[in-house]
Amino acid sequence: MTSTRSLWSQIALLAIIIAICVFPFYWMVTTSLKTQVVALEAPPVWLFEPTLNNYREALFEDGVLRTLMNSLIIAVCTTLLALILGVPAAFALARFEFRGKKDLWFWFITNRMVSPIVLALPFFLIARNLGLLDKHITLILIYLTFNLPIVIWIVTDQFRGIPYDLDEAARLEGASQFTIMRKICLPLAMPGVAVSAIFSFIFSWNELMFGLVLTRSEAKTAPAMAVSFMEGYNLPYGKIMATSTLIVIPVLIFALIASKQLVRGLTMGAVK
Amino acid sequence: MRGQVPRKTILSFIGPAVLGLAIVGIAPLLYAIWTSLHFYNLTQLRRVEFIGLQNYWDVLTDEAFWQAMSRTFFLLGTALPLQIALGLGIALVLHQPGLTILKTLARLSLVLPMATTYAVVGLLGQVMFNQKFGVVNQLMGGADINWIGDPQNAFVMIIFWDVWQWTPFVALVLLAGLTMVPGEIEEAARLETKSKWTVLRYVQLPFLLPGLVAVLILRTADTLKLFDMVFTLTRGGPGASTEFISLLIQRVGFRAFDQGLASAQAIILLIVTIVLAQIYIRVFYKEV
Repeated sequence: MTSTRSLWSQIALLAIIIAICVFPFYWMVTTSLKTQVVALEAPPVWLFEPTLNNYREALFEDGVLRTLMNSLIIAVCTTLLALILGVPAAFALARFEFRGKKDLWFWFITNRMVSPIVLALPFFLIARNLGLLDKHITLILIYLTFNLPIVIWIVTDQFRGIPYDLDEAARLEGASQFTIMRKICLPLAMPGVAVSAIFSFIFSWNELMFGLVLTRSEAKTAPAMAVSFMEGYNLPYGKIMATSTLIVIPVLIFALIASKQLVRGLTMGAVK
Repeated sequence: MRGQVPRKTILSFIGPAVLGLAIVGIAPLLYAIWTSLHFYNLTQLRRVEFIGLQNYWDVLTDEAFWQAMSRTFFLLGTALPLQIALGLGIALVLHQPGLTILKTLARLSLVLPMATTYAVVGLLGQVMFNQKFGVVNQLMGGADINWIGDPQNAFVMIIFWDVWQWTPFVALVLLAGLTMVPGEIEEAARLETKSKWTVLRYVQLPFLLPGLVAVLILRTADTLKLFDMVFTLTRGGPGASTEFISLLIQRVGFRAFDQGLASAQAIILLIVTIVLAQIYIRVFYKEV
């Protein structure tokens, strides 16, 4: 039915979409392989002799490796904590009836909307008074403000999809609610748990503002590190792009793994 | 019977999460309210004193605050229509039959921008939009445009990156809506009319509405939150030309050190966010 001409225009459109999405990443990676001299050529060059020097310097001389480790520790810990707190809550929201359930729901959704700067101000003062500035635990805790709602939302949805008959059968056998959750529902809800964990990891890994405000050196995160290269007159563009590449690659891999669920996760609470 | 569960059991499931969110979400807010009622400057901590609603009065009569607010909504008003128009176009292209491999490839590449670390988008912007050795000017035929140093151009650049990063999201949400249209209905409609517009307006649009509402709510919230990308790209400059509301609060609180004033701004922003969320939910969720 489709004529050849419209087929070709379709192919052209798709090619343009892909090119626009991917080009910035191409430019990021190629710039990261340029020496400072090549990076500062005007107009920019497309063909050059690639070098891994920027990566070596960034990782081992400027301490990017340590900030990547910090980001990893923080993202993994906050994700685990969000799962430990969030999965039982999600089970309750999916399985039990109780007063205030709707209000609780609205509260969770609102947490997704609140600007992080609103929390960054008081958290900074509290952390300073308690001597918790520049500590991993501070970021691990504050990232719960967005991770916990994500986990609860996605996992609740997943629990709802599991037939109630299974619970019923187990209850007749005398199993407690906790056992039902752990032994029967959780294994079946694993896909949702995994996706929510990926989300929680991506959001924590990507976060800049709290990292900027609440860390200095010991617990400095990778995005905060990348930004600190931006100071001074002669910016090391190759190194900045190398650091950016190192930050972005893990999230892109995770995002591609969870690509089917990404949209659902990002519209959290807004689409039923 | 569903839900015949003792209260103690419910509490033991839900309690830890509620307690956790209360500690990291509610307690800081209460502290922010307390701060906002005081003169609280990080450089003069000896002089913290209660000043009532003075900070709120200062914020509400501060031109910079209202300018940052209107700048934020101006960004939303320009970027969001672009994202919806382009996103709808992309969704319609992807929804057509055929070319499966190329379309899968396109869908995967659409995932990349929205997963990218916001701060990295800003850094990429610095490199690609540089006046001298930036690739953007080169691709525009050797143009000599000062993107980062010119107020208007800087704003255009911010719009560009916001559109680049979030159009894919709109496209994928709308594509999900399009696939919800039952095949028979769509085909019957196509037999009735040749106009693609008619099919879109009367057959597909009802299925797109929930997605559009979600996009509107989330883009509004995210624009009020917008910080990372702009901070790394322009720091709100040149002048205050790209200083959106979250950047203004960050500057007042952490670069001017006036925590009291910044907290008052943050509380007002919070109220605006909650009111908007309520309005959206009331207006749209009744109709959808």
